[in-house]
Parts: sequence; structure tokens; C-alpha cells
Amino acid sequence: MAMSANMGPNGNTDGNENAGLVVRGLTTTFDTPRGQAIAAADVDFDVAPGEIVGLVGESGSGKSVTLRSIMGLIRKPGRTTGHVDWRGRDLVAMSSEELRRIRGSEIAMIFQEPMTALNPVLPVGLQIEENLIAHTTLTTRQRRSRALELMNIVGIPAADRRLDEYPHQFSGGMRQRVMIAIALACSPKLLLADEPTTALDVTIQDQILKLLLDLRDRMAMSVVLVTHDLGVVAATCDRMAVMYAGRIVETGAVAEVFARPRHSYTRGLLGSVPRSGTSRTMLQSIEGTPPSLTNLPTGCAFHPRCSFATDICLKERPVLEAVTSPTRTVACFHHERVAEAEAIL
Amino acid sequence: MNATLPILSIDGVSKRFRGPYSLMRRLKGEPPLIVHALNNVTLEVHRGETLGIVGESGCGKSTLARCLVRLHEADDGAVRFEGKDISLFRGTERRAFNRRVQMIFQDPYGSLNPRMTVSQILGEALFVHRMRPKPEIPGRIAELLDLVRLPQDAAGRYPHEFSGGQRQRIGIARALAVEPDVIVADELVSALDVSVQAQVINLLLQLQSRLHLTVVFVAHDLRLVRHISHRVAVMYLGQVMEVNTSEGLFTAPRHPYSKALLEAAPELDPGQRNRKVALRGELPSPLNLPPGCPFAGRCPHVFDRCRTERPLLSPRGRGQFAACHLTDFGTPAPNANNPTGLLFP
Repeated sequence: MAMSANMGPNGNTDGNENAGLVVRGLTTTFDTPRGQAIAAADVDFDVAPGEIVGLVGESGSGKSVTLRSIMGLIRKPGRTTGHVDWRGRDLVAMSSEELRRIRGSEIAMIFQEPMTALNPVLPVGLQIEENLIAHTTLTTRQRRSRALELMNIVGIPAADRRLDEYPHQFSGGMRQRVMIAIALACSPKLLLADEPTTALDVTIQDQILKLLLDLRDRMAMSVVLVTHDLGVVAATCDRMAVMYAGRIVETGAVAEVFARPRHSYTRGLLGSVPRSGTSRTMLQSIEGTPPSLTNLPTGCAFHPRCSFATDICLKERPVLEAVTSPTRTVACFHHERVAEAEAIL
Repeated sequence: MNATLPILSIDGVSKRFRGPYSLMRRLKGEPPLIVHALNNVTLEVHRGETLGIVGESGCGKSTLARCLVRLHEADDGAVRFEGKDISLFRGTERRAFNRRVQMIFQDPYGSLNPRMTVSQILGEALFVHRMRPKPEIPGRIAELLDLVRLPQDAAGRYPHEFSGGQRQRIGIARALAVEPDVIVADELVSALDVSVQAQVINLLLQLQSRLHLTVVFVAHDLRLVRHISHRVAVMYLGQVMEVNTSEGLFTAPRHPYSKALLEAAPELDPGQRNRKVALRGELPSPLNLPPGCPFAGRCPHVFDRCRTERPLLSPRGRGQFAACHLTDFGTPAPNANNPTGLLFP
């Protein structure tokens, strides 16, 4: 994968301040009454500085769990193993005290539902300042002016008046802007966004996505964007990783994956979305439903729904391998056939 | 039946709900706030067509759907079924209407009784409307399950044993059990994953051509609406802004709001990315409507008349209607330098 991302000016990968996020073998399991559920299995991906990486999949594919595992937000009985390298340190092995110093300062997170993520009984200005109290030595007055500045950055009108208002006085789009302002308070180098626009209307979603793109440019920040909407990926991300049943099945540059998917699931997802000029025709749906995480099919987890499946798919699980270039990876025995298959349009 | 008569027509329908009545307002002796959910909506649904209704949250599309099946009574105006005012239906006439116009709801978890098996749910619909003599009911249930492509052993199971997509199929089977003429589908697939959405959309398209159904498809997803509809009505703040053929709307929208909505929806082609925000600002409150055009506050083409005079939905030729003072909006450009076709760009 994007090895160049790990190399600093000295070619040194250890303890390099400029390295992005490197996730290797990240696995998160939950013990449930029905057995062990592997919510994220052997997840490998990289995020270069200033890059927006989309993590795509349907509900239960493990994309949100992956994001939370990076931040160490998995509570017992969940268990996380593997490595998350962030500037030469392993976030998974880190003590909770060290993690607290990184969360909210170097790495920030925004969530899908801003109303439940914000504290309903505190004014939003105070919630922005809380982050500054935890991670900076700014004085009261400096914090207030920084909060005001942040509200302006994220485009909240009449910011000085609205600092003293409560979350319920904001609309959904404005609440998400407040969430982003809190996340940006300490100028993070990495933003983890978990379905940030799913609860919003399309015109508001458009505003928030464009805001994220602007902020990425302005603050040279990396973003991991979790979404189920391929349109959002096409409109914002540089690279993407597709997840199915807890595993990454395909990664690559967004344009490459959209133009020529190499995994049958990615192909099915792209075919499921209506396109222009095909009105009232049958969509290329994927038959069946995603498997239960406690009872995964043997071999490739996608084989019961896959039209390219052969005997080997039932017996062996394909590993994520580089094809064509080091950043283009796919976990499928038949990726050549999938890539050759007739275009979706 | 007269072929040119629309099967459902909505004539100047308004619907108001009583809003919050705070203690302060009571003490001051002011009347309660009124939410204007629908304002003078006029629309026709023709036999055999699919009419899409799109808009952002709070635009009144679900209220309109509920008025169509008489779950809400209109405050002003009338909904007519085959030319007859549905609010005047009594007794057998009302029961016949209830049978012939069926609604399918968004939430497949909430709209099926968790304590009834699938055969009881379907059997109840058949029994209440006396669709079949009692001995023939099990056979008809098997037919219906076949129709929506559910396995036959589904009959004895409870709703919680099914996935979201299967539950939505049960909802469709229940609506089809009574052999309706019109299906009103309110956000039919918005709770489902993309690959499952495509399955349900395909099913709906197949059933429509097989059973000659008229479908009113209410949704916020423009791509889906474009795919499934013959004609589309765009709503904003309780009003219809534009009625157009599906292809007409998506190639040359006749209202600035429709245009902005289309631009805000992320394109599936990563090559067509742009950084311009399609529409600034947010929906005004339906508690106090602006006196002029409801879209005036956000419209990029606004001029003085828009703020004082509300534009009415008026014909634009070729079955197109728009509620905008700029009657030339979206017509082919008179010269190449004026792509919007506006006289005063």
C-alpha cells in the first residue's frame, strides 16, 4: 500500500513526525451469546498526510468499528488487537492516559448524530472551550476568542451571539458544524469522520462535505471518512477502501475503483446505485443479504452472493493483495475476471 | 372509466398542524403557533404512472402522502379519487377507497405487528376486505409470498426473524394482498442498505408492470426517484415548486431550487467533482412562512418581486409546471453566453 506515505525525507519510517496513519492487522472482536463476532478482521490501510480516505460498506461491514478501534473507543467486552501506527507510536498498545492526550488534539473524531454527541445542557461555546482546556494552556479570554474563530471557520453565522446558545437551538447542519469546530479546536492532523452527513439533507450534506474539503486544504489534515454512500466517496475522497463482513476487500484510488472495480462486491455496490439514462430498468442488485458476523460463510465471506464464485472461493479465503500498483489491492481469486467483465453502465 | 381523468388529484390542499404552545404565549394570550405543512398543493396522478415526490426533510412530502390515503384530512382543498372527494366517502365507499389506495411505510420495523406471523398479517388484510373466502386464504398467502419472492416457510415466522429488506417485502405483500390500484410508498427503501435497496426497487418495477399499478413514490434520494419515476414533483416548504417529466427535470430543471437540489446531490463520477457549494443557507421555519416565494432567502436568482409575491405553479409547456417568477428559467439558452437562459442573469 502507500509505502511512500510512510517514508519521511530521510527515508526513516520509525518515529517520523510526517508519517500518516498506518493500520496493520487491526482486529476487533466481541463476545456475544451467539459466539464470537469478528467485527473488524485484519484491517490494513494507510492514510498519507493531507489525504482523504473513504471507508465504504453496508451496515455491519465493520467500518465504524474500525474507526472506533483506531481511537481506542472499543469498550469491554470488545477486544482490539493489531497495530495502529501514528507518528511512530502504536495507538493500540498505548495507555489510556497517553491516548487521552492524543484524542481531541492530534486526532479528532466527528459522529453521525450531532445531537447525541453534543451535551444538551452546555452552551456550544463552552463545549468548544472544553477541548482547549484539556489540551492547551490558553487563558479564558484566549479560549473564548479561539472558540469564536473556530465558529467562523466552520461557517456559523452570528458566531459571537451563538456561542452562548445550546445545541437544541441549532439546526442539524449547524450542529454538525459545531461538532467540526470542536474537533478542529486543537488543529488535529487526522480527522476521523463517522458518517458525518448521513443524517443531513442533501443541500446541507453538500455544504458540510465542501467544508471538509476546504479545511483539509487549509489545515493540511488527513481525513478518514466512513460512509455508505458511494456518491459521497466520489465527491470527496482521494482513495477508498471497501469493507464487507469485517474485512477490507478492495482498495485503490477513487477514480480507478469506480472505473474498473476488481471485487465482485464493489462491482455490485456500484451497480446498485441508479445512474442517469437508465430510467426504469432493472438495477444490478446483489442478491441475498450480508452474513451474520457470528456465522460467516467459509472461504470468501461474499461467495454466497457472488456471481463469479467457484469452488476455491468456498474453501479458501482470498488475501488482500496488490494488483497493478502497490496502492491498488483486492481480496478476490477472480479479480481479473471481475475487472474484465462488462462495464456496469 | 374516463382514461383522461387522473386517478388521484390534489386540488389546492393545505394542511396545518398546531405547533408548540409555550407557557409564555398562553400568558400573553397569543394563539398557538401553526406549522404550515402543506400550502395550496395541486397535483395530479395519472393511471399507471409512477409519480415521484422529492424534497428535503420538512418539505411536506410525507404529509402529502398521508393526505392521499386519508391518514390526514386536508384543511383546505380536496383530494379526489377518480373525480370524487375522498373526505366525503362513508361506509362501503370508504372501505373500497381504503382497499384501492394502499400505503407502504418507511420503517419496516415499526409498521408490522411484532406479535403476528406473516400469514396472520397477510390473512388479516385478506379477511378484513373480504378478498377471498376463508378456505382460499392460505393459497392466496402462498401466491403473495411468491410474488414478492419470499420463501414459502416465511408464512409461519414473525417479523423480527427477517432482515430489513425482507420485512419491506412483507410490507409490499400486505399492501398488494388487497389488490390495490394505487400504491403510496413513503421512503420505501431509505432504511435499507444500497444492495438491498436495488432488490426492492427491482421488485417494485416488476410488480408495477405486472399488476398495472399506479405508484406515488415519496423519497429524498434524487437518484432513486429519477430511476423509478415517469414524472417528478419537487417540494419545498409545503409547496410544489416544479412538476416535470423525470428526464426533463434532470436535464433541464425549470426552477432554481430543483437545479440547486440536483447540483447538491453528489455525482457518482469522481471525474465530475467540483468545489462550489450548490446552495447556501437552510430551510426557513414552517412556523412563520415568508410572504413571498418560500425559496427567496436562498435563491441565487432572487429579485424584488420574489420577496413580496408568492409565485403560483403555472404551466411551462410539454407537461412542465414551475412556481417561479422567472418563467424562462431552464429553457434552452437564446445564446451560448447565457447558459441558464435567464433574461437577467
